[in-house]
Amino acid sequence: MTPYFFGDTVVLTGRSLRHVTRSMDTIITTVITPVAMMLMFVFVFGGAIDTGTTSYVNYMLPGILLITVASGISYTAYRLFVDMKSGIFERFQSMPIARSGVLWAHVLTSMVANLLSLAIVVGVALLMGFRSGAGVPAWMAISGILFLFTLALTWIAVIPGLSAASVEGAGAFAYPLIFLPFISSAFVPTRTMPGPVRAFAEHQPVTSIVDTIRRLLAQQPVGGEVWTALAWCVGILVAAYVFAMAAYRRKIA
Amino acid sequence: MTARSTAVPAIRVQGLEKSYGTLKVLRGVDFDVAPGTVFALLGSNGSGKTTSVRILATLLKPDAGTAVVNGFDVATQPARVRESFSLTGQFSAVDDILSGRENLVLIARLLHLDDPGSIADDLLDRFSLTDAGGRKVSTYSGGMRRRLDIAMSLVGNPPVIFLDEPTTGLDPEGRIEVWQTVKELAGHGATVLLTTQYLDEAEQLADRIAILHQGRIIANGSLSELRQLLPPATVEYVEKQPTLEEIFLAVIGGDDETATITNT
Repeated sequence: MTPYFFGDTVVLTGRSLRHVTRSMDTIITTVITPVAMMLMFVFVFGGAIDTGTTSYVNYMLPGILLITVASGISYTAYRLFVDMKSGIFERFQSMPIARSGVLWAHVLTSMVANLLSLAIVVGVALLMGFRSGAGVPAWMAISGILFLFTLALTWIAVIPGLSAASVEGAGAFAYPLIFLPFISSAFVPTRTMPGPVRAFAEHQPVTSIVDTIRRLLAQQPVGGEVWTALAWCVGILVAAYVFAMAAYRRKIA
Repeated sequence: MTARSTAVPAIRVQGLEKSYGTLKVLRGVDFDVAPGTVFALLGSNGSGKTTSVRILATLLKPDAGTAVVNGFDVATQPARVRESFSLTGQFSAVDDILSGRENLVLIARLLHLDDPGSIADDLLDRFSLTDAGGRKVSTYSGGMRRRLDIAMSLVGNPPVIFLDEPTTGLDPEGRIEVWQTVKELAGHGATVLLTTQYLDEAEQLADRIAILHQGRIIANGSLSELRQLLPPATVEYVEKQPTLEEIFLAVIGGDDETATITNT
């Protein structure tokens, strides 16, 4: 690590943040899918789904937030891919700077862009009747979990961003991630699902994360679920980071 | 920078080998570049020009051989090597979303230089980009992008400059603009390593020319030395080319500035 690591990373992050602020359409297209789903589920399907005493918008918001992040990180991969293709990535790598700062700048930009998208989606949810009596500690816990989840998915996005052969390839990895919440407790209680599907749903990361956030919003005790959720986030983060760094080392000498 | 002894080459490449799988791209490349000179690596596509430059630029590790830039070995002192050169790659490595000026400021800030703004303004002026400086680079023409690309490489006045096929894909006017820039660089004492597949480009710009063919240097010398090796027919062909170019530029009405460049 060179003494300029932080300074260089700040400069490079400022650069890629301009890519976000100068093309706000990337934020809009990120939030369109989750907002449309929210409208569909709350006003079309929601009436037919029995979620007990909670209102449906409260019930499904955690899952929608995860979908927001999953759709947001496809732009992370896209921005990195464009840098690779245009040659500016190599230009930075050939300069006397902290080389890894180029990658960290994209990761930090992804965190900021997703934070913006999440804030917009929560704002729309509030307009649609979402209410929570959760206090500051609960919101901090929710932010922490979403931060970890976004960081983990961002590092997943770095892998295709560095190694994809086409723009389509760089973005396509996000679709399975957007789909995953549907086979979880995000929109319908898992007890209504047939055996094998239910077994999958109850043992994949989204369910534990969604359940934890849902309980925090509803001011209920989170129990052991929070540890499962954190273990998934950290596990995915570590695995994605290892693979991303391997892809990065293949790209630079 | 100009005070350096001419006895020590600015770039020294010895026995460089590189393979991609079973494909041998470099099969033992040797050459020296004297400080303050323009050296052209001439070769067709796939001859190993870009691979050589990428190794010198610490973007790729060789399988065998050594490369020394400005006295620093690329294998053992890559950080010092990166302080010594700038790279202009085959494709204009500019940020499309930023303005031309912002691109230059970005590079100056990454090099931790004082007053990045005035460095950017000076370079914009030097490359006739002052008017376009505030515009997004995505609106630039091919020649303007290339000029900005080269301007970005000159931030901080690196002693060694690598230009990998700087005129590929440019129209004749853009090519002349780049040629003029390279001549200026050499005039300021920088060492320039240029790769090209165009004979006339090497002829126009280089003090020494090395011909890279199938991963080996098969000829290395000044233009007059190489002329003795070339069959006369090729020399005739080279002499015809500028005539067509002059006609083209005259017909489209190039401005006076570019016209004088052609004649020099």
